[in-house]
Amino acid sequence: MAYSDKVIDHYENPRNVGKMDDKESNVGTGMVGAPACGDVMRLQIKVSDEGIIEDAKFKTYGCGSAIASSSLVTEWVKGMSLDEAEKLKNTTIAEELALPPVKIHCSVLAEDAIKAAVADYKEKQDK
Amino acid sequence: MDISKNYFEFIGLPVSYHLDRSELSDRSRELQKTLHPDRYAHLSDHEQRVAVQYMAYLNEAVATLKSPLLRAQYLLQLQDIDTTSESSTAIDPMFLMQQMELRERLEEIPSASDPFDELEELNGEVVAVLEKLRASFVQSYESGDLSSATSDVRKMQFLEKLLLEIERLEDKLED
Repeated sequence: MAYSDKVIDHYENPRNVGKMDDKESNVGTGMVGAPACGDVMRLQIKVSDEGIIEDAKFKTYGCGSAIASSSLVTEWVKGMSLDEAEKLKNTTIAEELALPPVKIHCSVLAEDAIKAAVADYKEKQDK
Repeated sequence: MDISKNYFEFIGLPVSYHLDRSELSDRSRELQKTLHPDRYAHLSDHEQRVAVQYMAYLNEAVATLKSPLLRAQYLLQLQDIDTTSESSTAIDPMFLMQQMELRERLEEIPSASDPFDELEELNGEVVAVLEKLRASFVQSYESGDLSSATSDVRKMQFLEKLLLEIERLEDKLED
């Protein structure tokens, strides 16, 4: 299967790989996994007092499409409000990366990861 | 022989996770003998085609039942649960955290002073987790708790993938 240039670019030069301290109250962590292929993804956001995502980091163990999808999401959500980030759709990710149908689930994983990160952040604020 | 039967029944074994491997190979060998091409060379085209179909089904059945993971997946499939094509499903975050950590460790092994020792240790830990999951699966499945059984199989899929990665790294380090 041929990867698109954008996937290859993100795969070879992944943006924002890393880890934040998930105990910090302004950090939201989303952990998701795809049982069918065994891919694991961690996506973290750092949120300002104004509710804007200041920074994002990810670590993905999986195929090129999963890495590219999560790398792209960390690029996109920086500067977004939580509401905007939550509305990010997997179809937008899949389109941008020109993912083939068999790899659409990788973009779903990235969407789930950002949603989980936002949910984790919100849950922390309610405490 | 009847390919509308499930793999267990086709081979003549009870539908169960517990499997006597020697019984599986004995029975499949017997079936293979009756399906040998020499035996049906004189038969009609139609009968030969049927025999080829049986052979293919038998090979599939043996491959599936032999593997603990494929066998568990198949038992669930017989209950109309498919764990092999799901993309993203809610999975226990603690489990995912553990998976992340195990993979991070694997990633660091090539730069360790004694990578083979560490690889072996990691492999041992992963196998131990897998064994626990298998035991938990059997208990859930046999008590009819299919939702726990399904969750166990999903987790097993992550660990089997990790074992493959460990194997791949081992090959790479040996080169």
